[in-house]
Amino acid sequence: MSALLSLRSVSVNFGRGEKALRVVDGVSFDIDVGGTLGLVGESGSGKSVTSLAVLRLIPERLGWSTRGRIEFEGQNLLDLPADKMPEIRGRDIAMIFQEPMSSLNPVMTIGSQISEALFLHGWPNRAKRHARVVEMLRLVGIPDPEGRLGAYPHQFSGGMRQRVMIAMALACSPKLLIADEATTALDVTIQAQVLELMKKIRSDTGTAILMISHDLGVIADICDRVVVMYSGRVVEVADIRSLLQRPAHPYTRGLLESVPRKGQERERLYQVPGSVPMAGSVRQGCPFRARCSVAVDKCAVKMPPMFRFAEDQRAACWVSAEQSNAPVIEDLK
Amino acid sequence: MTEPVDPATTETMEPVPPPVSVVSTLIHVIFSRPATIVAVAIIVAFIFLAVFAPWIAPYDPVQQSILATNLSPTADHLVGTDQFGRDVLSRLIYGSRNSLIFGLVSPVLAAFFGTILGVTAGYFGGIPDRLISRVIDLLLAFPELLLAILIAAALGGGFWNIVAVLTVAFIPGFARVARATTLAVKQEPYVEAAVAVGLRTPMIIFRHVIPNIAAPIVVLITLWVASAIRLEASLSFLGMGTQAPNPSWGNIIRDGLNNLFGSPWPIVGAGLLITLIVLSFNLVGDALRDALDPDTSK
Repeated sequence: MSALLSLRSVSVNFGRGEKALRVVDGVSFDIDVGGTLGLVGESGSGKSVTSLAVLRLIPERLGWSTRGRIEFEGQNLLDLPADKMPEIRGRDIAMIFQEPMSSLNPVMTIGSQISEALFLHGWPNRAKRHARVVEMLRLVGIPDPEGRLGAYPHQFSGGMRQRVMIAMALACSPKLLIADEATTALDVTIQAQVLELMKKIRSDTGTAILMISHDLGVIADICDRVVVMYSGRVVEVADIRSLLQRPAHPYTRGLLESVPRKGQERERLYQVPGSVPMAGSVRQGCPFRARCSVAVDKCAVKMPPMFRFAEDQRAACWVSAEQSNAPVIEDLK
Repeated sequence: MTEPVDPATTETMEPVPPPVSVVSTLIHVIFSRPATIVAVAIIVAFIFLAVFAPWIAPYDPVQQSILATNLSPTADHLVGTDQFGRDVLSRLIYGSRNSLIFGLVSPVLAAFFGTILGVTAGYFGGIPDRLISRVIDLLLAFPELLLAILIAAALGGGFWNIVAVLTVAFIPGFARVARATTLAVKQEPYVEAAVAVGLRTPMIIFRHVIPNIAAPIVVLITLWVASAIRLEASLSFLGMGTQAPNPSWGNIIRDGLNNLFGSPWPIVGAGLLITLIVLSFNLVGDALRDALDPDTSK
């Protein structure tokens, strides 16, 4: 399968010169056509910035800059002139944001908001747009879609609003859907419903999904591959089975340990000690070493490269690589 | 239960509440306060007087009569006459036309231009923001009346000049509010979502930003109506607004001042009307603010 979206050594800097903060550092991963990729990490690990960089929503005027290659269907998005991006946004790559409560314009009816996206991307016919909006609302499970077209966002509950957001994102049949913590603000039952919906959409429409979450449970539910980020770097990439069964990076192990399990005896949930260093503050060695239980001297000196642990599993850890005799990956091509 | 249930329909859904329209909120707010009801009644009467002045006024407002100068109120002249024998009541009624026109036209124009400037500054930031904001600061440094006098002195009288004067005097207030609210709205996730959907900047501004900053602008318009009426009266009083012999509340007071001991009725009448109308518009403006501002209405 060919990659729909591939990131190669993508870095996002804030500021310039010596003082520049490297918020995202050398991130590489692929999403296949129709595939689902999870992006996990703690707050501040750079996952949202990475997803914003894909759509070039990074505010360049404020001193942010993106380097590397972000190839979508073989075309480097970073090379496109800025006024071509609106054609890609919404039509080829759509995004669902974290806050369903405020991601809808309060003074526009939901019908006209969904319709707006369609109008922009080649649906000039009003009647056809109307039919499509109704179809999308039905797809995401809004009861009485015809009657709800004229409703305003405040007339919907949070879960329903997130459904509307999903309908809006999917209206133009994008090839890739980026869901940035799309279920985080919802309570667990609604979260489960929205995840079911996303799975259904994936199988119905073949839309690839990039799911960003700090919740491995959510990721495990929906994704077939996972990228684990820490302090702006990718520390492990693996298919979901390998990741859950044989996590290679100590940080991934820590994350898995801290997921609550049914029937667990332990009184207190495990937590990875310490906190995430400020992005870009670790300039030498492995950024995780201060919190790592297995760190050795080498970790403080040199940033570990990516090692291949299995056919579809790579991780950046000196200690694990030595233990399982994993070969270093020379070039990610 | 044997049938699979669609999770969406099991989620508890409130029945769609009837949309609460701004108009009904407004009516509720107005009628819950006696003072506001009175104010609305006064404004309605004022608009009625201004529109139907030729039919209501008992005399021609500029017709002079040597036989009837400086009369106290009588059955023929309900508010008396001035030093030229003109009927004060008729002059007050015709004068309301000036107050109404200037009072409505200039705040609306100022809102239009002020919003354009403020949204441009707030949305784009950077150099446009600095340029516009500094000019606005400069204009704000002058009291409105002083600014109006400056411009009126430079341009002279005349209808459109007065409108221009008042408009320029009010633009800074609107631009400030528009800029501040745009800065807040720009941060809203729905604006970012609009960018992510592929909207270009002009559409984002017209469809997502301006509708969301409209409420404070509308409130500001009603509050400035009172100020515009007051300013027009002040300019006319100073001889830079409506020119004699055309009546305006401001120049009625000006003419009356020279003849205070001959007949105090023009000053008393015009002064009372200005006070009443300005007070009424302010009360209604407050009510409107409470109705449109979600933070105070709850």
